[in-house]
This record gives sequence, structure tokens and C-alpha cells, in this order.
Amino acid sequence: MSRKNIKLGIIDYAASNLRSVEKAFTHLGADVIVSSKSEELDKVDALIFPGQGSNDSAMQALDKASLVQPIVDFVKNDRPFLGICMGLQLLMQSSEEGIEPCFGLFDGSVKKFSGKMKVPHMGWNQVLPTRKHQVFNNLPIEPYFYFVHSYYADPLDKNLVLATTDYGNKFASAISYGNLVAVQFHPEKSGSIGLEFYRNFLQFVKVNV
Amino acid sequence: MLTKRIIPCLDVDQGKVVKGVNFVNLKDAGDPVELAFFYNQEGADELVFLDITASSDERNTMINVVESVSQQVFIPLTVGGGIRSVSDVRVMLESGADKVSLNTAAVSDPNLIKKSADHFGNQCIVVAVDARRIDREKHVNSQNDSSSLINPDLAIEKSTEWEVFIYGGRKRTGIDALKWIQFVTELGAGELLVTSMDSDGMQSGYDIQLLSEISKLVSVPVIASGGAGTLDHLCEAIVDGKADAVLAASIFHFGTYSIRQAKQHMNSRGIPIRL
Repeated sequence: MSRKNIKLGIIDYAASNLRSVEKAFTHLGADVIVSSKSEELDKVDALIFPGQGSNDSAMQALDKASLVQPIVDFVKNDRPFLGICMGLQLLMQSSEEGIEPCFGLFDGSVKKFSGKMKVPHMGWNQVLPTRKHQVFNNLPIEPYFYFVHSYYADPLDKNLVLATTDYGNKFASAISYGNLVAVQFHPEKSGSIGLEFYRNFLQFVKVNV
Repeated sequence: MLTKRIIPCLDVDQGKVVKGVNFVNLKDAGDPVELAFFYNQEGADELVFLDITASSDERNTMINVVESVSQQVFIPLTVGGGIRSVSDVRVMLESGADKVSLNTAAVSDPNLIKKSADHFGNQCIVVAVDARRIDREKHVNSQNDSSSLINPDLAIEKSTEWEVFIYGGRKRTGIDALKWIQFVTELGAGELLVTSMDSDGMQSGYDIQLLSEISKLVSVPVIASGGAGTLDHLCEAIVDGKADAVLAASIFHFGTYSIRQAKQHMNSRGIPIRL
């Protein structure tokens, strides 16, 4: 495994930011395929689940492409997986943003920011890791990442939380479980820190496949 | 804590950055990729590329610019200028833009805001508003040139202080800027780029009153534009104007200040900044 490039599969379901995720990983030398075919996505070392847009349109598009069950299986088999933005939120059970149930891989729901804060939460905010993980290697202690979202995941099991971010109150900006990592922020838009985060993820995959 | 953003704005004409950018250490000061890279290194929080190409034949050039910048510079990229339809929005997003900025087309067809936001999400739809303070005397004389297309609910009235202009500030619309920004936010604008036509290019400070009025009315992020001449101007837009981000062109392009200097200055004034 050590000499071969990591092969990544980006799940294509018409989410608007998948091209920038692809560009970032390509820039780092990974072999990237962008596909909506489950048989192609089953052959990769790690699955990348990006996403922007709304809960219902995302779930409907994934359902239409018959991708829901393959993604669930991929995660349940503990294969390396990275969720980004909506790709974190959809792992929960339900969302205040819509009526379509999400994947239900983790107990908890997706909530809208409330109170006096501006919505969307847009811009650079600090990510505070709550435990050690390889994806945060070589990064500043409380690194800044770029965020764009109006909803956040609230997992019931707080042991899942890998990092928190403060916006009005603290929310889970990253979770991890086994070989799954999912983040609310956009590493592909977070400059050199974001690229380092993706590089760490590739390293994490290398160790775990 | 969410930080305030500094956004350099680059005017692009036929694939080249124009407006006298002069950095000694750049090989080609007109190369969008090289400039984007430079500003990224300097700590810019986002970049705005404004396509000022007059001819529509040259539009594809901008797509190539967006494509190549986004392959090498990994910070948010907003593209504005000449975006007229949902398919224009789609092409820019697919080429690598993270947000598109709608201005004239949003006035001609406000539904474009809603359609784009529904398709791609509010977060990638920026509505750019060019606002000018109403000159009471002139106003009376030219009241008739408001377009009949305008929703009467948005029309300027006696109490109106700012009017929306389009076509790069050349054409009046008869629209009240404060009513307009509320209207576009309801349609799905995820962010507002507010340019004061009175201050733009004057380097005498942003229109703080305009910014603070707008910030009171909407809950989406507001980018202040037009008038930055000193680092204190940037601070005023944030502290007094309640803006979430400041956009500037000349002070950075001419090298009057570096982005790093601007950030350090704002930080020293207690403004949350990503250093």
C-alpha cells in the first residue's frame, strides 16, 4: 500500500462544492474519482462525502442515485470515510431543515442556529479539538477553518465529538468514530491549514487500509 | 469566535487583472493566479474577482480564470460581473467559484436570486448593491427615469436616503436601497456586498451610516465596499458599520498597506481576526 497513491471516491450527487474538494485532493496527489455509481465507489480506499445545499434535496438526490444503502454499508464496515459540511449533518437521524430522514448512522439531529447570531455562519472560525486525532497533526492548537452553514449536527453521544466551535454556543464542528471523520468546516477552502488537514486524512487512510 | 474578513477585490478584463496592481515581487502583475496566490499567502480571507470585460464574446475567458485560480488557491472565491442566468451561475460554480455575485441582473430579474438560491443554496448567492445617497434637488428633476419594471413596493419615496444603481453605477433604478436589501434577503441572498457609490474611489472611508442601517435590517453577512483609504477605515466599517467583512481594492493593489498590516491593525483594535 505504501507506494501506491490513495484512491478516493467523491460521492457525486449534484452537491455544489464537490469540484473544489476534488481539486484540493488532486492537488495533494491523490487519485480521485467523482462518481454516483455505487459499484465504482466500492472500489476506493476512502469515500469522501461532500455537500452543500438543503437536507431534502440532498437526501432525494442520494435516494434517486440508489446511494443511501451503499454509503451506510461503507460506514458500517468501518471503511475510511470523510464527511464534509452537509456530509456530516446527513449522518444524523433527522434535520430541522427538512422532512426527509437522514442516514441515521448516529443518534442525534441537525439543528438551526438560533438567537442573535447571523445565519449563515459564514467565515473563518476556530476549531478546538477535544481529543487527539491524526487529522489534526501539525496544525496550530486551535486552527482556523472556513465555515458556511446554517445548521449544525448535534450528536447525542458526546464521545463522538472530535472538535467544537463557538458560534453563539459551542457546537460539534468535527466528529469521529473508528475510521470515520466528519467535519462541518470546509478544509478545501481553508488555505494551507485545510490542505494540511486533508494531507493528514490521506495519511490516516494509508495507515488504515 | 467567528472572525471578521478582509477581501481584496480584483477587476479582471479579458483574463487579466487590471487597475494598476503594482507589486515589485510579481512576475506578471496581471496574472490572476499569481495574484490570488500572493493574496492567499498574505492572509486574505476570501477573494472577489469582478469580470469587467465589456464584450460577451470574452466571457469564457473568465471561466478559464476561475478554473485555474481554484486549482491552486484554496480559499473562498466569489465571482461577479455579467452573470445573467441560472446557467451562468451554474457554470461559474462548476468552474470553481464558491459564490457568485449578482447585481444588475438581480434588479432586472429578482427571481434570478430565488431560482439560484433554490438550486445552489443561499450560501453561494451574494447580491451586490451599488447605493448612492439621494441628491434631493436632482431627484425631483429626474424622477421619471425609474424603470416601469420596478416593484412599486421598492420605489424610492420622500424618506429614502439611498438609491440602487446598476450597470456599474451608471444607471438609476428608482429603487430604495434599504427596501431592496430586505427584499433580496427574503428571496434568498446569503450575503450582501454593499458598495457606496459616493465613497467608492475616494479613499475617504466607507459610508458608515449606510452600512449600519443595512446591518440593522438583515441577518445575513454584510461586506462593506467602497471608500477604504486607511486602516482605520477598515475598523470603522466593522465597529461602527457592523459589517462582517471589508472589501478593498486600491489600498492593497497599490501596496499602500499589506493585508497582514491591515489584519494586525484590526487585531490591535480588538476586532476578531484570523492572523
